[in-house]
Amino acid sequence: MTKEKQSFEDDVKKLQKIVEELSAGKLNLGESLKKYEEGIKLAESCSRVLQEAERKVESLMKKDGKLSLKEFAENAEGKD
Amino acid sequence: MPLENKHIYTVSQVTQEIGVIFENTFGNGVWVEGEVSNFKAATSGHFYFSLKDSNAVLAAAMFVRANRELKFKLEDGIKVICFGKIDVYGPRGQYQMIVERVEPKGIGARQLAFEQLKGKLLKEGLLDASHKRELPFMPFRVGIVTSSAGAALRDILGILKKGAPCVDVVIRSARVQGEGAAAEIASGIEELNQFNRVDLIIVSRGGGSTEDLWSFNEEIVARAVYNSRIPVISAVGHQINTSLCDLVADIFVETPTAAAKIIADKRAALLAELDNLRRESGFILLDLISALKNNLTGLAHALKSPLDRLQEKAQMLDDLSSGLSQNMRHLINLTRERFSSLIQRLQALSPLAVLSRGYSLSLLMTDSSVIKNVAQIKKDDKVKTILGDGGFISSVEEVINDKRKTVL
Repeated sequence: MTKEKQSFEDDVKKLQKIVEELSAGKLNLGESLKKYEEGIKLAESCSRVLQEAERKVESLMKKDGKLSLKEFAENAEGKD
Repeated sequence: MPLENKHIYTVSQVTQEIGVIFENTFGNGVWVEGEVSNFKAATSGHFYFSLKDSNAVLAAAMFVRANRELKFKLEDGIKVICFGKIDVYGPRGQYQMIVERVEPKGIGARQLAFEQLKGKLLKEGLLDASHKRELPFMPFRVGIVTSSAGAALRDILGILKKGAPCVDVVIRSARVQGEGAAAEIASGIEELNQFNRVDLIIVSRGGGSTEDLWSFNEEIVARAVYNSRIPVISAVGHQINTSLCDLVADIFVETPTAAAKIIADKRAALLAELDNLRRESGFILLDLISALKNNLTGLAHALKSPLDRLQEKAQMLDDLSSGLSQNMRHLINLTRERFSSLIQRLQALSPLAVLSRGYSLSLLMTDSSVIKNVAQIKKDDKVKTILGDGGFISSVEEVINDKRKTVL
């Protein structure tokens, strides 16, 4: 899992907090601009993570008591 | 009647006869309906109990060979329909029913088994709402326990690909029906926990008969779901027939598709939220800036830059000076006119002009004061007399006090 995915929840919460701080209206223009910039960066990186389209599909296998992943052939379709 | 004419049975014979009668009457098996009481499971595995109704009691035995197949638990108080033979047990002079099959009365055996296990799990707290784990904020790695060849997996992968392509999938293949399926499902859940690389598990199977879906009602599956550290979504079947797996899971949905949609919806909701946050912070900033702008315009009026002020002053000066110079010219012209008439008047008033007409002016030499009356002078005073073109100095011979004598 990428670093962005690992910190995703924290990043979104950070962003929510920034918007809260901005809307509280207690920051001066300089501080607001800084927060705004930080927030936009977070929003963009978080959106990018969600828009990623290269997923992995793997199979969990057990061999000699050891668990490992193997690529899953997605097109092998069958019936119930 | 003399006794010797009677047919006398031994106890064994009469018991045997009764056995024959029972055999003739119930030999092909009989269905008996009643309530279970005095249930006992012997260490041998055989079950002993009574069937009763309001007027009678029938002893019953169900041997291991038969009760192994039982789907539900026999217990006191449940109403059942038993099939079997009526057997006479000579040593005790008793008859009893040898039960081959038991069906619960009213509901099916499976349903009863389900209710019984559910009651047990409920008592143990496996279904408690307080035990439900929260789904992850955004599950980026999802484990799926299902048949790798099943339609359920195909449905889930399809939805995720379209609605949440950022989500990686780990499939733990398990048979989902038939003998041993429950154990495979349970170990699938356990292994995904052990492997610890997914943040959500979907336990799933497509639609099927109650029989097909039965594995998901087994205790081993329910316990595996309960013991999972990783949150579990149960998506079994294609209709509303809640399995125990559903009840223990943190969330259950009706179909595999619906399970995948939970994840896709989470992603969509987060994207929308991010968009909102971005837009909101933009609006807040715009508001802030326009408020500041308003302030600045106000301040700018009060506090112009020095350059602006200089320019303003210069403008004012220009305006003033053009007005001023016009006024000045006017003033100067006016003054000039006035001046020349003054000069004319001055010239007219000048004593020199008078002197040039023959008058003279006498001054006392001592203080140059103009002599206007005789009291100012005495004999021998030096007097300076000014004429139109010069003058002379003389001394006073005599002061004449008679005004008339001096008139010319």
